[in-house]
Amino acid sequence: MTLKIVVSVKYVPDAAGDRTFADDFTVDRDEADGLLSELDEYAVEQALRIAEAVEDAEVTVVTVGPEDARAALGKALSMGADNAIHVEDDDLHGTDAIGTSLVLAKAIEKTGFDLVVCGMASTDGAMGVLPAMLAERLDVPQVTLLSEVSVHDGAVIGRRDGDAASERLQAALPAIVSVTDQSGEARYPSFKGIMAAKKKPVETLDLDDLGLEGDELGLAGSYTVVEAAAERPARTAGVIVKDEGEGGKQLAEFLAGQKFI
Amino acid sequence: MAEVLVHVDHADGAVRKPTLELLTLARRLGEPVALALGAGARETTAVLAEHGATRVLTHEASEYADYLVVPKVDALRAAVAAVSPAAVLVPSSAEGKEIAARLAIRIGSGIVTDAIDVEAGAEGPIVTQSVFAGSYTTKSRVSLGTPVITVKPNSAPVEPAPAAGTVAELAVGFSDSTRGTRITERIPRRSSGRPELTEAAIVVAGGRGVNGDFTVLEALADALGAAVGASRAAVDADWYPHAQQVGQTGKSVSPQLYIAAGISGAIQHRAGMQTAKTIVAINKDPEAPIFDLADHGVIGDLFEIVPALTAEARARKG
Ligand SMILES: Cc1cc2nc3c(=O)[nH]c(=O)nc-3n(C[C@H](O)[C@H](O)[C@H](O)COP(=O)(O)OP(=O)(O)OC[C@H]3O[C@@H](n4cnc5c(N)ncnc54)[C@H](O)[C@@H]3O)c2cc1C
Ligand SMILES: Cc1cc2nc3c(=O)[nH]c(=O)nc-3n(C[C@H](O)[C@H](O)[C@H](O)COP(=O)(O)OP(=O)(O)OC[C@H]3O[C@@H](n4cnc5c(N)ncnc54)[C@H](O)[C@@H]3O)c2cc1C
Repeated sequence: MTLKIVVSVKYVPDAAGDRTFADDFTVDRDEADGLLSELDEYAVEQALRIAEAVEDAEVTVVTVGPEDARAALGKALSMGADNAIHVEDDDLHGTDAIGTSLVLAKAIEKTGFDLVVCGMASTDGAMGVLPAMLAERLDVPQVTLLSEVSVHDGAVIGRRDGDAASERLQAALPAIVSVTDQSGEARYPSFKGIMAAKKKPVETLDLDDLGLEGDELGLAGSYTVVEAAAERPARTAGVIVKDEGEGGKQLAEFLAGQKFI
Repeated sequence: MAEVLVHVDHADGAVRKPTLELLTLARRLGEPVALALGAGARETTAVLAEHGATRVLTHEASEYADYLVVPKVDALRAAVAAVSPAAVLVPSSAEGKEIAARLAIRIGSGIVTDAIDVEAGAEGPIVTQSVFAGSYTTKSRVSLGTPVITVKPNSAPVEPAPAAGTVAELAVGFSDSTRGTRITERIPRRSSGRPELTEAAIVVAGGRGVNGDFTVLEALADALGAAVGASRAAVDADWYPHAQQVGQTGKSVSPQLYIAAGISGAIQHRAGMQTAKTIVAINKDPEAPIFDLADHGVIGDLFEIVPALTAEARARKG
């Protein structure tokens, strides 16, 4: 039986560029180049490793995002995923986490899955909530924030390094997992992989295909409103001194002046 | 007066500081009702009452320790039904965000995560977030349902505000879905004896420049009563535990004072510390981007500067 793995990936503005907001307080996608969220490369990697460890598996990558988000799918396909689904619709502009999770859940349900693999958080919204929301919507176990993951005999096993303890987790498939950047370095696409990716199927779906209405989503259907976004004022320039032997002492004086010592 | 539900984070009855900060914020919005779950829940009530909880709901069951996240969502769902709160506040830990996320879906409400401030507004709580690695500040609000808000540590002061703190047992029903993900083993983290990284007033952090030896930073931290943090480069090199990593994929901290030694100040590191009130940088490279954030920077060798500072701090402490 084929193990059906779906990897959920996000297309994000490059953190190294100037990330800003448009007039409607959505992410300005014109100002910074976009790419596959670096933290989702770890999800693709773990999905591929799980697929390689079983006899028969299929890895599908899915993204919800604008036309350019195809680039994120292309990267995942060149790493080795088999096929991709791109959910794209003008009515999705400005969708919040509640809406995004609804669209993703519908798309994942439509394609079918034994295992969904997500990243730990996106590098732009960085909420770290989508995997839990998907588990809630799809009513399957959530096995999240794993630094180690494997699939054996219809169950997923993993290690979650939490704030107070490191936990071993276990759940029966189908399940949703998310993996951290401690789970293992992601592979680079090979030249062969990049060439092969060009021929791999990418299915495009819109809200209609998922049985959703435009006004349930986007800015109109949002459960949250952003009322203001302001660039943080530059920190007032500090005092930078070169250590000529007194640097530690001067620093102590600064800290004493601020009542820290 | 409207009631505001606060999800209590505690370890066997010892309430963690971020929960007390949540009570301060909750009092701005209405009367705080606290929900404490799992072993030790009933021991939390006195502290919660001292900090403003007018009511404390408790529920103890083995499910909270044996299964991941969902039992707590079931309990919060029951509490929302019982209280009909004006908002739900949850500490912004990794687990807290997952609990809040599922609750929001279950009760059909919007969610705002990682608040650094919450104020009352005409149309519901106004939530301040620091986004894009701290380069923007946004103000948002939930426009549908009961606002679910997760709040970062150190976002509000802890204030004593004695209240009735009437204790009641909450009735919680579990289902098969509750038991989906079993916790088969739990290895508690060994405590360093230093303050909790996310809660500390002072954080001393080291990076690749520390070159494998964190003892100089630990000595400074102990002289200042600080927590020790590390960059990912230092964690990846196995010089310090991942639990102490500061940044996008580690902890996000907002201390009164952040001292970065031998850290260049990459955007992913800044994402976790840029909201610190005062930032001190020690780096031998005058071009290091961390100096752009520093209120006080010293260009030089951390192995000279940090021990000198430690000695001064100890001397002044007497
Ligand atoms: C600065 C900023 C702040 C925001 N604050 C809020 C807020 O407080 N409340 C709110 O409701 N919305 C908020 N949003 C919108 C929210 O980010 C998006 O709706 C987003 O799609 C989901 O949240 P996330 O990016 O934080 O994902 P996370 O929950 O951090 O993502 C975790 C994982 O889910 C998967 N995933 C996430 N997005 C997609 C996608 N589009 N396609 C496929 N897989 C995906 C990936 O595997 C990812 O690694 C914010 C957006 C920005 C840019
Ligand atoms: C998706 C993603 C997530 C990431 N998440 C995180 C994260 O959560 N946290 C994080 O920190 N990073 C994170 N990173 C990594 C980040 O990009 C940087 O690589 C990392 O922060 C660099 O660590 P560093 O500053 O210690 O090392 P470097 O950049 O190598 O800097 C070392 C500094 O030490 C100085 N130095 C050397 N010797 C001395 C000396 N004797 N005295 C004084 N100064 C000295 C040098 O001048 C240099 O500036 C992430 C990266 C990615 C792609």
